[in-house]
Amino acid sequence: MSKFQKTLKKAAGQKMLYIMIVPCMIYTFIFSYYPLSGWIMAFQNYKPAKGYFKSPFVGFDQFMFLFKDVEFWWSVRNTLAMSLMNLIFSFVFAIVFALLLNEIKSLGMKRITQTVSYLPHFLSWIIVCSLVSNALSTSDGMLNNALMALGFIDKPVLWLGDQKYFWWVTTFSSVWKETGWNSIIYIAAISGIDQALYEAAELDGAGRFQKMWHVTLPGIKSTIVVLLIMNLGWVLNASFEVPYILGNGLLQDVSQTIDIFVLKYGMSIGNYSLATAAGIFKSVISLGLVFGTNAIANKLGENSLM
Amino acid sequence: MRNFWSIRIGRFRLGDIFFHVINGIIMVFVIVIMLYPFWNTIAVSFNDAQDTLRGGITFWPRVFSTYSYKSVFKNKLMGTAAVNSVLRTALSTILGVLVGSLIAYVLSRKELVGRKAITVYFLVTMYISAGLIPNYFLIKNLGMLNKFAVYVIPGLVSVYNIIVIKSFIQSLPESLTEAAMVDGAGHFRCYWQIVLPCCKPVLATVALWCAVGAWNQWFDTFLYASGADHLTTLQYEMMKLLSSAMQSGRDLSSIYGEGQQMANTVTPTSIRAAVTIVASVPILIVYPFLQKYFVKGVTLGATKE
Repeated sequence: MSKFQKTLKKAAGQKMLYIMIVPCMIYTFIFSYYPLSGWIMAFQNYKPAKGYFKSPFVGFDQFMFLFKDVEFWWSVRNTLAMSLMNLIFSFVFAIVFALLLNEIKSLGMKRITQTVSYLPHFLSWIIVCSLVSNALSTSDGMLNNALMALGFIDKPVLWLGDQKYFWWVTTFSSVWKETGWNSIIYIAAISGIDQALYEAAELDGAGRFQKMWHVTLPGIKSTIVVLLIMNLGWVLNASFEVPYILGNGLLQDVSQTIDIFVLKYGMSIGNYSLATAAGIFKSVISLGLVFGTNAIANKLGENSLM
Repeated sequence: MRNFWSIRIGRFRLGDIFFHVINGIIMVFVIVIMLYPFWNTIAVSFNDAQDTLRGGITFWPRVFSTYSYKSVFKNKLMGTAAVNSVLRTALSTILGVLVGSLIAYVLSRKELVGRKAITVYFLVTMYISAGLIPNYFLIKNLGMLNKFAVYVIPGLVSVYNIIVIKSFIQSLPESLTEAAMVDGAGHFRCYWQIVLPCCKPVLATVALWCAVGAWNQWFDTFLYASGADHLTTLQYEMMKLLSSAMQSGRDLSSIYGEGQQMANTVTPTSIRAAVTIVASVPILIVYPFLQKYFVKGVTLGATKE
């Protein structure tokens, strides 16, 4: 076979690859890239009847309006607060759970606990919120019953009606749902740590907690960093469903996130331009978070994502 | 203090015994916290609705009744919702796995010219999203509002799933496809007849993710199909029940009971409990048996990122 024929054959093979991939690329263009053109709306006073071309351009007016709006800044504050609480507690709980589970000697107990801990991950947020609202209910709710039985409170607390509890409710809803699932990856990372390190630490007289701190945690450090970066980019997306479902009029000041703001102004009020501007603001912050954490991880000498 | 914990009882140090007891208690606590809310809901769903109002249902129904389920299944909207949920889950899963593995196969071919650029082209979409309003207009302009297609088409490509499948394909021996290529098989045949069958474990993982995601989705119904009763899904019906309970606790017996004598036997609480169970039972039955696939996929996705 001559070189020319070989190249021809390779090219023919490549053609097939392109036939396979190009439709998928067109699809991705339509559903992921093309909608970005909708960002024009944020710089217009968009009216659906006029479309992109005839709606008047207003420059940064929508953003200016947004930045002067107290309600928007509340939404930003709520988004950041709930996202950060969520992120921190999810990480801490998952890592601690993985460390503790790793110390369980009985294999059966380990497997049962792990399997059960995944359960909430597979339930939808709707179901989770329903279970949470049942558990926190003032009439026969599990938490109030337990706290009253233990004597911490005299009468049921209105967990879902008080602004000061709301962020904690959303945080612990996610902790309940995702701790078991998030711990999978740490458990896998822990099992990959060289056993000789533990033996060496033991010879040096390290106790159980010293081994956790000086061997296990450093062993899963890079996993933690990678996951932190991955999650930071998505963290703002995570603050929609629980506040939306569990929030009500009374809680609006603490429950309205940027996504809910967008939904309210865009879909209910019909101010598409303002809603799009708020959406862009969120996307930009998200991207900033991804690149920011990636840069920090690079500086710290960890394997970065990008 | 150190000496105290080092006291030995038989073979064991006191500190170790103490730690294992505490740790065991924590794990039992975790199991209870994870299971109890769900278990309690099952008990409530099988309890007589009026009796539930008295409170105190914990592990077992006090007055056994399947009436809540009967009224859920009798409700026409619920039947439609169940059919739609099953249909959308099946279609999204099959198509998601096929498209995902197809892209993953192409991106795994080292000889592909422009491989890096194409990979980045897909990866970028993981981080940049146009947002709710532009996406809404896209769906509207594509004519998919209040159409069944909106459940299947928009979420077809998941970059995360592609990464997972791709890293699995790359871990397969190269000789596998080389041999087929030498025998004159084209790329599509190579993908379809050789790589795909070898990918069964990872495809199982991805299929399960797609299925769980599709089954649990409610927001697209809410946003794109709330104007069409025939497109409702179980999760969306659940959402409606929950939000009316959250807002005002409106009595749903007018919707779910037929006639007056039934209005007394159905309450929002018991209906919600029954729908919760109906909407999560398929997943609960499946996940304990397939968890090894789930777990494998998670570690595969994160380590090869």
